[in-house]
Amino acid sequence: MEAIGLSFVDWVIILIYFVFVIGIGFYLKKFTTNEEDFFLAGRKNSFWVAGLAFLSANLGALELMGMTGNTFKYGMYVAHFYWIGAIPAMLFLGIYMMPFYYSSKIKSIPGYLKLRFDEKTRVLNGISFAIMTLLVSGINLYAMALVLHTFLGWNWDVSMWASAATVAAYVTLSGLMSAIFTEIIQFFLIWFGLFLVSVMGIIEIGSVNDILGRLPESMNTLWSTSSDPTQNGMLIHWAGIVLGLGFVLSFGYWTTDFLVIQRAFSAKDLRSARMTPILASFFKMALPFIVILAGLVAIALSNDPSSGFKLLQDGGQINYDSALPLLIARYYPSGLVGLGVTALLAGFMAGQAGNISAFNTVWTYDIYKSVLNKKASDKHLLWMGRVSTVVGVIISLGTAYWAKSFPSIMDYMQAIFSWVNAPLFATMLLGMFIWWITPNGAFWGLIAGMLSSFFMYMGVKFDWFNESIITMSSVQSDMAANFWRAWWAWLICAVLTVVISLFTKKKPKEELVGLVKGLTQEKIDQNIPLTKKPEFYAIISLIVLIILNVIFW
Amino acid sequence: MKPIWYFVGLILLIMGGIIFLNGIYQALSPETVNTVLKETHPSLWWGAVMLISGAIMFFKTKNQSV
Repeated sequence: MEAIGLSFVDWVIILIYFVFVIGIGFYLKKFTTNEEDFFLAGRKNSFWVAGLAFLSANLGALELMGMTGNTFKYGMYVAHFYWIGAIPAMLFLGIYMMPFYYSSKIKSIPGYLKLRFDEKTRVLNGISFAIMTLLVSGINLYAMALVLHTFLGWNWDVSMWASAATVAAYVTLSGLMSAIFTEIIQFFLIWFGLFLVSVMGIIEIGSVNDILGRLPESMNTLWSTSSDPTQNGMLIHWAGIVLGLGFVLSFGYWTTDFLVIQRAFSAKDLRSARMTPILASFFKMALPFIVILAGLVAIALSNDPSSGFKLLQDGGQINYDSALPLLIARYYPSGLVGLGVTALLAGFMAGQAGNISAFNTVWTYDIYKSVLNKKASDKHLLWMGRVSTVVGVIISLGTAYWAKSFPSIMDYMQAIFSWVNAPLFATMLLGMFIWWITPNGAFWGLIAGMLSSFFMYMGVKFDWFNESIITMSSVQSDMAANFWRAWWAWLICAVLTVVISLFTKKKPKEELVGLVKGLTQEKIDQNIPLTKKPEFYAIISLIVLIILNVIFW
Repeated sequence: MKPIWYFVGLILLIMGGIIFLNGIYQALSPETVNTVLKETHPSLWWGAVMLISGAIMFFKTKNQSV
């Protein structure tokens, strides 16, 4: 492909972004005086700041391009990732789980596992989370360099080192605070930089209904073709969507992944922390109007030979990720191209900063202080946070070069979330709502869940058994297999945790007050008006979710 | 410390201003643009939307601190 050319104005806009984020890092450094400022942004953010950062931490450019490409491949079913695959879990986190997380004053999710269960469960989760975040951060870096090289013709090494150095600079200077500031800037740049693609697509084709009218039924509905996997683009039954994506993968990610929950911990009080995912749910529901709509525009245009629009081919295979950059090149004149590229760059860098800021917290508190140096002072921990940020970025660069020389690790990355998060959700759910779940039950159940998910992935990858055993269907896609594998890993972890807990020593109830529902007095937000209650906004969010699903049924 | 909205307003104001001015140039010299739907002048109106949004956020928060 001929690279998208950048004009002088485009370069100025990209340069402004880089200068801006490093400048913010320097500006915030003088306000970062202790470890709570560095790791938890001082716990003084409003729910607007925490909520937008909560969503942005999840909104990497890899996801934006990947989901637009997935829409081209699977059709509108990809919207399930934004609606049933996110909103119920985000609301559940805000209403039921956040009071336990926030009130226990923990600094990380493994910290909760230590209080609820024991040190070994905390360290197990801390190590697996740290490895996962560094791998994701490195792959993110690799993917960014790949995109910039493919579409803009930029040099691999310069792209990776420049963005890694920028992220290392501003996260080292002021930790989570600067990560949150840049994530919010990224949120606005993504909306302004990419929503115009959908708007221009609608202008070119006519209306949203005209776009949907140009697609086959297997691609333009959400549920009506889900009772028969052969009739929809994702080749999945509705049960797989509900159990695998809507329940396990979604709840596993949104209620246990420290990368996003760390933003809620930065809120100034419990009500703000509870409002954080609830506010984010409204913006999450709106995202399909960027990514899904752009993907549908790309399908409609490529079905029309007179449009001249065609996705790139790599070695005879369609490059689905090229959909969004090609639409930018189609509609954006100079200046706007710079904005679109900046939006993608901001997405990559904010995603990397999110991973690094979560890594430095888990490393410092759940591995370094917990295992290596139990007597470390607050000042030493602040220093360790800064050192681990730099080391984390260097390891990410190593992972990125590893990925470059061994591209199939990209495939493995797709599955890592279901190895770590799906079983962890079973542990968290049981631990938070059933008092008699024991530390040994949680630990061994978690190990079994992680190993079983890994085994199922490798088994299919190396043809040890047929994928249909996992999906219980004669037809399936990679996405369907991901959903079902997550479900089985969750179930194995849950069953083993319960069975082992029946036969092992329980923690005294008095040690679990404030950590387990039923043993904790519930007096949350009782004396505030209805319109200020998080539950009020959660119900509105749920109603909007139902309306959207009915409209696009 | 300045609120985050101050910085968001500032960057939207600067970028929107540049895109808007570039849009004026593109409207006056249409031969410099060769994208689909160039006759709708997206730089002009989208730049203006960014500029106005950024200006509102910036000027509302420029004297605030948190």
